[in-house]
Amino acid sequence: MSAPSPIASPGRVAITLGVLVGSALLLVLTVERGTEPLVAQTRALRLERQMAAVLPAPDPGARTVSERLVPIASDEDPVPPRWIERRWVDGRPDALVLNVIAPDGYSGDIDLLVGIGADGTLHGVRVIRHRETPGLGDDIERQRSDWITRFDGLSLDTVPAAGWAVRAHGGRFDAFTGATITPAAVVGAVHRALRWVEDHHRMPERISTGQPER
Amino acid sequence: MSARPIDGQPLDTEPGGATRRRRGLVLDGLWHRNAALVQLLGLCPLLAVSHSLMNAFALGLATLVTLLVSNTLIAALGRHLHDAIRLPAQVLVIATAVTLIERAMLAGLPALHASLGVFLPLIVTNCLILGRAEAFARRAPVSDAALDALATGSGFAAVLCLLGALRELIGRGTVFGDATSLLGEAAAGLELRLFDADHALLLALLPPGAFILLGLLLAAVRAGGTIGRRLRP
Repeated sequence: MSAPSPIASPGRVAITLGVLVGSALLLVLTVERGTEPLVAQTRALRLERQMAAVLPAPDPGARTVSERLVPIASDEDPVPPRWIERRWVDGRPDALVLNVIAPDGYSGDIDLLVGIGADGTLHGVRVIRHRETPGLGDDIERQRSDWITRFDGLSLDTVPAAGWAVRAHGGRFDAFTGATITPAAVVGAVHRALRWVEDHHRMPERISTGQPER
Repeated sequence: MSARPIDGQPLDTEPGGATRRRRGLVLDGLWHRNAALVQLLGLCPLLAVSHSLMNAFALGLATLVTLLVSNTLIAALGRHLHDAIRLPAQVLVIATAVTLIERAMLAGLPALHASLGVFLPLIVTNCLILGRAEAFARRAPVSDAALDALATGSGFAAVLCLLGALRELIGRGTVFGDATSLLGEAAAGLELRLFDADHALLLALLPPGAFILLGLLLAAVRAGGTIGRRLRP
């Protein structure tokens, strides 16, 4: 090194480093504490918007109650949704939102919200998190294209089991330019979500594996 | 700032010396020693995140702020940092700054935070920032270090934005495509669609396209420099 360091005892050097580490820790912790409510609020707002996009809007005067369940994996049900939220409107079961993962995307998990009405039809699907290739796979985002809205109104009754795949794999869903794996993963995950609900008997009362979160 | 002796040697004794030195710092940071075009530092985030102008702008800004905070603090700590702890202390300062910036972005701009993903925390490892701390800031007065950070950071951010705009334009036919994620719904009208996405060249959005475009950009800058020197006798 060009300029010689000032002569310092090992003790003083250690104290300097200690003070630096201490103040850095204190600063990070303080800011983390301070922004916690804001971060939680931003997250809640984001989730709320996404939930609203996959659920039918209830009548303004209606009394809605929602409950979130976390299904437990078992031998018969190895990969259940991460959570389900079921909603009652005026005491009647109204809709389910499932948070499911498509593990077979092009790069990593695709995190989806699937909204299903009481009659078993899809009300909406949205991607909440993914790492697909920008410009190729990100057309699954609603902001980028309306591809994800083609699930709206479909159900296991209107589309036979063989139809739940992209055209390239013999199904009836279009993929988009340049990407097959990403849309195929989303179609598969939506199909699994519908079948999961059917296996657990369409509507809320029968979903027995769940337990309330928090 | 007036002339101030450092190591017992007077600096800036000639009139106008300080101004000239500052102008040199700014020009070096922005152009002559541009981090991306000349030093080729920080290319990993540069290439990975520059697929849209908005993303590039956000990462450029985050890098600039990190550089400003770290350069200023390291200059202020200056001679208190013994050689034995200099590097760890510098990395600590940089990592703290990045953590705070990431937290602020998570709280305020979650969509953009998600879009930058891992490249936001990876600013810590951007050799450009440690490079400026080690090569310049630790021996410079605080004001010079801050000025150097602003110039170097702006130079880096400018190249990042240029590359982002080019890639988005060629690959998607738009500019300012994700403006809403940074600026909110009010910015929806900012998006410029210059031609239909069907005619776009997808390659530009993918990593190879980033390498090719950066290469072309570097070649253009070098060619421009050569022509400039020939014209000047």
